[in-house]
Amino acid sequence: MKQVLKDLDKAFENRIRLGIMSSLMVNDYLDFNTLKELLGVTDGNLASHLKSLEKSEYINYRKEFLGRKPNTNYSATTMGKKAFKKHINAIEQLLK
Amino acid sequence: MKQKYIEDINEIKDIMHRSTRFISLSGLSGVSTGIAALAGSYIAYQTIFKDQDYLTYNAVEINNESIVYLLLIAIATIILSISTAIFFTSRKTKKQKQNVWDHQTKRLLINLSIPLITGGLLSLMLLFKGFVGLVLPLTLIFYGLALVNGSKYTLNEIRNLGIIEILLGLIAFQFIDFGLLFWAFGFGVIQIIYGLIIQRNHKL
Repeated sequence: MKQVLKDLDKAFENRIRLGIMSSLMVNDYLDFNTLKELLGVTDGNLASHLKSLEKSEYINYRKEFLGRKPNTNYSATTMGKKAFKKHINAIEQLLK
Repeated sequence: MKQKYIEDINEIKDIMHRSTRFISLSGLSGVSTGIAALAGSYIAYQTIFKDQDYLTYNAVEINNESIVYLLLIAIATIILSISTAIFFTSRKTKKQKQNVWDHQTKRLLINLSIPLITGGLLSLMLLFKGFVGLVLPLTLIFYGLALVNGSKYTLNEIRNLGIIEILLGLIAFQFIDFGLLFWAFGFGVIQIIYGLIIQRNHKL
């Protein structure tokens, strides 16, 4: 039980961060606006949660220009994917 | 505490599903395209195929006038199908408060288009070389392949619909005399049945 609780990742305690990570597990990359629509959150809210996931090195971003508009694509890092899987396994153990 | 994690899991499933698949496909659009296909094949039968000798169907003599008629009927059927499908699907999208033209829609359309356009061009080439009989089963097969290919990005039912269309296409090749009948069955009847199934399974 103790081990299970240790495996639960604080980074995914928050619903929005959990949502960001879930969508990046099944998509190679998503841009800011797609994430915003998907999760139904405000710009500021999404940006701060993205920043915190970046800080834990769970996600990467790449800026590009679509014509003149800047566009930021986010993707999950290998480390992030591993952490997410571990978190899900811990939840599974907990719900058994 | 457990309750929170159960909700978390549901949220994860929901987001993974919504972020990869186009879920607003309307069952009614299946019904409307099915009806258009039935109407199209009836008119084609009445104007072109009725007096043909079915036994030599694959070597049917078709003159330029018939080809023009056939193309007109085909184009009318396609336009009617696509426009009603867009109408019902965008209506459902609005009800579900989703964007019609997003990432998922584009991905679905691209993956549908690749087999569909290939099959369409091949059919046109065959048609102009006079192989009218081959075109009907071929369109069933390519439509089925398109659905199987696109099904990864939309409702699961589409995959089975695609497989049924491919099988019907193959059977139609074997019994090529009844090509139009199989075509009407696949694009008309089966499509309507699947439209109703989707409508029932994915009510709002």
